[in-house]
Amino acid sequence: MGKPNSEISGAKIMTGIKSFLNSDLVYRFRKDKVAVVSLSIVLILVFSAILAPLISPFDPYDLKSIDIMDSEIPPVWNEGEGDERFLLGTDPQGRDMLSTILYGMRISLTIGFFAVLLQGVLGVTIGLLSGYFGGKIDAFFMRLADIQLSFSTLMVAIIALAIFQAAFGAELYSKLAIFMLVLVIGIAEWPQYARTVRASVLAEKNKEYVDAARVIGMSPKRIMFRHIFPNTLSPILVISTIQVANAIISEAALSFLGLGMPVNQPSLGSLISSGFEYIFSGSWWITVIPSLFLVLLILSINMLGDWLRDALNPKLYKD
Amino acid sequence: MALLEVKDLEVEFPLGRVTLQAIRKVSFSLEKGERLGIVGESGAGKSVAAFSILNLLSRPGRISGGEVLFEGRDISKLDNRQMRSIRGNQISMIFQDPMMTLNPVLTVATQLIECLKAHRKISDKEAWDISISKLKEVMIPSAEERMESYPHELSGGMRQRVVIAMALLTDPEIIIADEPTTALDVTIQAEIMVLMLELCKSNNVGLILITHDLAVVSQVTERILVMYAGRVVEEGRTQEVITNPKHPYTRGLLKALPQENTAGSRLNQIRGSMPSLNALPQGCAFNPRCEYANKECSQLVPKLEGHKGHSAACIHTKEIPPFNSELGKV
Amino acid sequence: MQATLVMFVISLIGFSIQDNLGDPLRELVGQSVSEKEREALRDRMGLNDPFLVQYGRFLSKAVQGDLGDSYFFKKPALEVIAKKFPATLELVIGATLIIIFSSVPLGIYSAINPKSWFTRFILGFSIVGISVPVFLTAIFSIYIFSVELGWMPSFGRGETTNLFGWDSGFFNRDGLAHLVLPSISLASIMMPLFIRLIRSEMMEILQLDYIRFAWAKGLYPKRIWFLHAFKNTLLPVITVGGVQVGTMLAYTILTESVFQWPGMGFLFLEAVNRVDTPLIIAYIIVVGLIFVVTNTVVDLLYTWVNPTVKLVGQKS
Repeated sequence: MGKPNSEISGAKIMTGIKSFLNSDLVYRFRKDKVAVVSLSIVLILVFSAILAPLISPFDPYDLKSIDIMDSEIPPVWNEGEGDERFLLGTDPQGRDMLSTILYGMRISLTIGFFAVLLQGVLGVTIGLLSGYFGGKIDAFFMRLADIQLSFSTLMVAIIALAIFQAAFGAELYSKLAIFMLVLVIGIAEWPQYARTVRASVLAEKNKEYVDAARVIGMSPKRIMFRHIFPNTLSPILVISTIQVANAIISEAALSFLGLGMPVNQPSLGSLISSGFEYIFSGSWWITVIPSLFLVLLILSINMLGDWLRDALNPKLYKD
Repeated sequence: MALLEVKDLEVEFPLGRVTLQAIRKVSFSLEKGERLGIVGESGAGKSVAAFSILNLLSRPGRISGGEVLFEGRDISKLDNRQMRSIRGNQISMIFQDPMMTLNPVLTVATQLIECLKAHRKISDKEAWDISISKLKEVMIPSAEERMESYPHELSGGMRQRVVIAMALLTDPEIIIADEPTTALDVTIQAEIMVLMLELCKSNNVGLILITHDLAVVSQVTERILVMYAGRVVEEGRTQEVITNPKHPYTRGLLKALPQENTAGSRLNQIRGSMPSLNALPQGCAFNPRCEYANKECSQLVPKLEGHKGHSAACIHTKEIPPFNSELGKV
Repeated sequence: MQATLVMFVISLIGFSIQDNLGDPLRELVGQSVSEKEREALRDRMGLNDPFLVQYGRFLSKAVQGDLGDSYFFKKPALEVIAKKFPATLELVIGATLIIIFSSVPLGIYSAINPKSWFTRFILGFSIVGISVPVFLTAIFSIYIFSVELGWMPSFGRGETTNLFGWDSGFFNRDGLAHLVLPSISLASIMMPLFIRLIRSEMMEILQLDYIRFAWAKGLYPKRIWFLHAFKNTLLPVITVGGVQVGTMLAYTILTESVFQWPGMGFLFLEAVNRVDTPLIIAYIIVVGLIFVVTNTVVDLLYTWVNPTVKLVGQKS
């Protein structure tokens, strides 16, 4: 009697998707060309980064495939010296720029994504606990967040990494670099998430359905996760895009300073750093082209995040 | 020619995919020194009507039709620069919640004096003196000290008195008061209303009072306008409309007042609720809730008809039995 | 009170790092000293004393301004930092001036005229600004203005004039020329942030009742925008601004490294590379001090602007 569960939930998902596609949000998205363009750029960049090993013409870290005689060749549109094999030129070791950029973007995106995941999980949990329970827990965490925020996350990250590097030495450090970066950027930025979630929780806590749930006897954990949390998703989504962009910038800055990814496993930041000195000798592409990719990536993510924030903000009149 | 004449005013709110008609062909007029009340439930369009007189609709609202004639001139078409000399000068407004109306980071003195200086060439000292005398007129004790206070340091009643003082500073012809006592404690509401009444009478200032409180309107106003779903459904002299309402809605409102009901019995509510602006019924907007409605009512929108200044927008007015409300017996 | 707590925590962290990081003895004495002599030296220097005792000694010396000697410079760490401090300070001043004088007018303009093409341009420009990390603006500006166009110098501080013992770059042309690119680079991330902040705060405020009331009073638009609205916008801007000081300091490290600007940030980087521990610690502590001081100043500023908030202890 009645349809099997899987069919019912399948139908539910279909209606869910349909109503989402017809929703105001998607309507506004389609209308705004900028948003569509940014999303496409982001998707292109992300997919090319994920597929880097498959689509890049060379493996720049395979020592056998590089030839020092190929070093410092300018991009292909530079008449006379450009080489068709290397579309965007080569670096001082003879590595193909396009490949190094693709691999570099991969690392940048990986670190960005995982760092945001870490800070998200950490921040959201703390935010929920802090907002729901209030009192001493709240006071403690918010003080901590205040202090950490006023030191600025970049400062915290720089100091933390500087100390680790000095303590572990360069060798060990470069092996652990990815892990350290994710950890440091993740821990440095949890206050952003915590604060936003806490604000949402405080707003929701006063609503009647929470009182109702408590009266029925639901456990705090259940109330928090099944009732309050879904309402905080919208602000979380908005900050997440911005935080990913920020994480990528932070990682680039740290690598640029030499505190991030090492030169043999470079992210976009380290590429830019190692190429910097060559600007003066005329080989501008070694630093400028990775920079352009970095900017493009961050710009598109930011634009997307911006659009998302305006679209989800109930306070502004949208016309 | 009346001091203020609103003719067939239409106001709409374009919101992305839909456009809401907040006010449909509303007309009324005000003579010098006259006191008019506009009543209706929340959402009926009364505040919108008030704000459109001075063209202060919040975005994205705009006047889409009709005229607002002040001293013969259509002010609905003027731009901000031209309106500036009318606003706060010849026509003043009082908003609902004085805590939100006064700027929290500026002193009372600043906010009073600027009203004067915006419209007259006077010295700071003169403006100060006039402000103090107005504060005394609205019965604020220790006026000099109050001048240096910030809004959050005053009580709700005092804040509204300050706002009233501000409205009177420039000796306007008309004051538009949008629910001036709704946000105040019940105990103070009467005081403030009495104050406003006195001041309007003694200064011969016209008053347009927007409210949902029928008791207040019966004490203060000379004429009254009843609005429903963006239209005027009844208008006339306050006493007449209250003692003998011609529109079923007005009747329903009066019957629902606590004074009309015997203790212990259920209140006579109008069944149903006012429709939202994007789902208005066909024909007369009140017909689904009306006990006198028939098929005709859902086909046409009834026009305002009547005589001797008392008209109603209903085709069944003759069927409505007379009604002697408690309010009318003052 | 909170300030002292924070400083305390920072100094504790700083000290424990110092304790675990590097071996001061190695720096001081070199490889060829025997193990027994090292132990003796350690005892003499008090390095084998319990943690708390050493920390206490550290604190007492710190309060007197003695944060140890830099390994590299062989001079008191604090003195080394102090010498580089003016350079960083000038950079920060330059950038702050640029930020204030650009973001306030642009922010207000874009709030009042949300649909004009100029506003769209400002907003587009500010998204780009946020998306370009500080060091990239620095690099690009060097590339365009220095290498390609040759207008501006690309590194260092240029000449300084000595004013009451302070070496300043502001008062002569060469110094100013050297200040331009670094200040702009440093300002480039924060400027868009403030423009957007001022814009969004002001746009929200402009929809509030008291602004509508100001219009109803027939006040002049300029007064409504610049007094009624802006004074209220200042409040959240000050709060955010205070927090941004920390970020600005971090960015000075980046900017100084690109321009080889001889300030504290550059010094810190070199210290990290050389594992010059006392210098590293001293920098951290100085930075901590700066944060605490600025935060207190910002708090005071906030209470001065906002009459609804009173400092603890003030009469109402």
